Amino acid sequence: MTKEEIRQPENLIYKKTDLMTDNTLSYCPGCGHGTAHRIVMEVLEEMGIQDKTIGIAPVGCSVLAYDFMNIDMQQAAHGRAPAVATAVKRLHPEKFVFTYQGDGDLAAIGTAETIHACNRGENIVIIFINNGIYGMTGGQMAPTTLPGMKSSTSPYGRDVHSMGNPLKITELIAQLPGTIYVTRQAVHTPGNVRKTKKAIRKAFENQKLNKGLSFVEIVSNCNSGWKMTPVKANEWMVENMFPFYPLGDIKVNED
Amino acid sequence: MKGNEAFAEAAIRAGADGYFGYPITPQSEVMEYLMAEKPEERTGMVVLQAESEVAAINMVYGGAACGKRVLTSSSSPGISLKQEGISYIAGAELPCVILNVVRGGPGLGTIQPSQSDYFQSTKGGGHGDYRMIVLAPSSVQEMADFAGLGFDLAFKYRNPVLVLSDGAIGQMMEKVELEEQRPRFTEEEIIQNTPWATTGKPKTRERNIITSLDLDSGRQELHNIALQAKYKEIEKNETRYEAIQCDDADYLIVAYGTSARLSQKAIDILRAEGIKVGLLRPITLFPFPTEIISKLAGQVKGILTVEMSAGQMIEDVRLAVGCKVKVEHFGRMGGIIPSPTEVVEAMHKKIIGG
Repeated sequence: MTKEEIRQPENLIYKKTDLMTDNTLSYCPGCGHGTAHRIVMEVLEEMGIQDKTIGIAPVGCSVLAYDFMNIDMQQAAHGRAPAVATAVKRLHPEKFVFTYQGDGDLAAIGTAETIHACNRGENIVIIFINNGIYGMTGGQMAPTTLPGMKSSTSPYGRDVHSMGNPLKITELIAQLPGTIYVTRQAVHTPGNVRKTKKAIRKAFENQKLNKGLSFVEIVSNCNSGWKMTPVKANEWMVENMFPFYPLGDIKVNED
Repeated sequence: MKGNEAFAEAAIRAGADGYFGYPITPQSEVMEYLMAEKPEERTGMVVLQAESEVAAINMVYGGAACGKRVLTSSSSPGISLKQEGISYIAGAELPCVILNVVRGGPGLGTIQPSQSDYFQSTKGGGHGDYRMIVLAPSSVQEMADFAGLGFDLAFKYRNPVLVLSDGAIGQMMEKVELEEQRPRFTEEEIIQNTPWATTGKPKTRERNIITSLDLDSGRQELHNIALQAKYKEIEKNETRYEAIQCDDADYLIVAYGTSARLSQKAIDILRAEGIKVGLLRPITLFPFPTEIISKLAGQVKGILTVEMSAGQMIEDVRLAVGCKVKVEHFGRMGGIIPSPTEVVEAMHKKIIGG
């Protein structure tokens, strides 16, 4: 059989969602952003809410998310996406609004905006990609960098005595009454991709039901910043990141 | 009404969709009035107290990107915090209205009125090559009028409009005539009037992206060139000023806002002394009324700028005048409003006898 014969519609068991554009992803090979983008867009497609969704892109590696997501999007200043999303949702209560942010964006410069949007219980979805490092600017230490973990600004490993401890922002915001659903997932295996997609679906369903703020952390790798091959980075993530950032639901409020 | 209250009521009547702010003296009455008026019930307008000025201006960014009429207000230190967002709003070419009820600085300074934010308002303030349209009210009536005018100009040019007031005008009480309530735009009207806005992508159009980012330097330069062309267009169409007793003037005072009001009193005193002085009051500080000041410079023997600052607008006046006549500055700082007699003295000392 030729490739053309194989690529017949009846042979397709999986295809790219139309909600992803045909642009070539600007992420490093092996990075989790591409998968995370795809499953967010798949959820919007399956829920049939493309025309009702406004996404807020961050500053950082995923600043160009709007090049890949085929929906209306706004790019926000560094860390400010939850504030931007707050206004969009307040002024468009019938629309679906989500932010897509990295750890530097959400847990460092945007801590105030994150905590207060969560505390107000804005009826939005926050997707938080945690790879423990500042990827875009060349691998500097993030609030989520693990103790002893090397980065370009912690070249001998993060010393918690002088550099502080990693911030478990997801556990922190889970305590706020405004958050309805807080979960930590990953996208490094097909099984985890399915679980994460389910979590994202639940988050958008919560918004549909006007329940409040849903927060989905996705622990991911940064093989370039971690200076590892993609496979090694995933192994390192499982061995080192997951014990500190355990996967699973942290808060599920079914009321 | 108080100036701050007049602005707030006028904003509701201008069909505003949302106000996002953070309290700071001497402008807190804007949000207090809006909260008390329950505009959500009156017109559907959203009013939200943000966790900071930074969050407030980014809420304005988000709302403006949806094609909504949104505004914020603050005072000097708060406006400094908003500069990040203002730069993004200018870069992404979004319409909004920002009120600055200026107080004395630098730093935490004082809560008394000042005009020391002129440079910040007219020369950028945030990063990058951008301009805001800057309206300078000198009365409670203009505080009200400039809310609606601000929205009109902001949407005409897709540009932030700053209303540069001060603690005196924000706090003073005067009679005011208010416009009739304008309806808020419907979703259909927003889609029609602002086709660039993020309103949710239907299958029939390409996705709308609001961003100030373009990593390609060539395209970024083209964006900058387009912005500058827009600012030229604004200069051509929107320069506003008031020329009072300028026809027969031998001397000229250039002053805006509170300074213009007290200068008017000084001019009355000087005219009673037989000295013919006129007042040129810029209403737009950007675009600056360069042409009329240049023209008057050919007629008068000297110009005094009166500003509650160390002399900031004087730079624009000097650029307009060139070397035609002497231009001097008089002002008080730190929240002190000069008295008309001090202005008269300065006129004698620095211009007439100087």
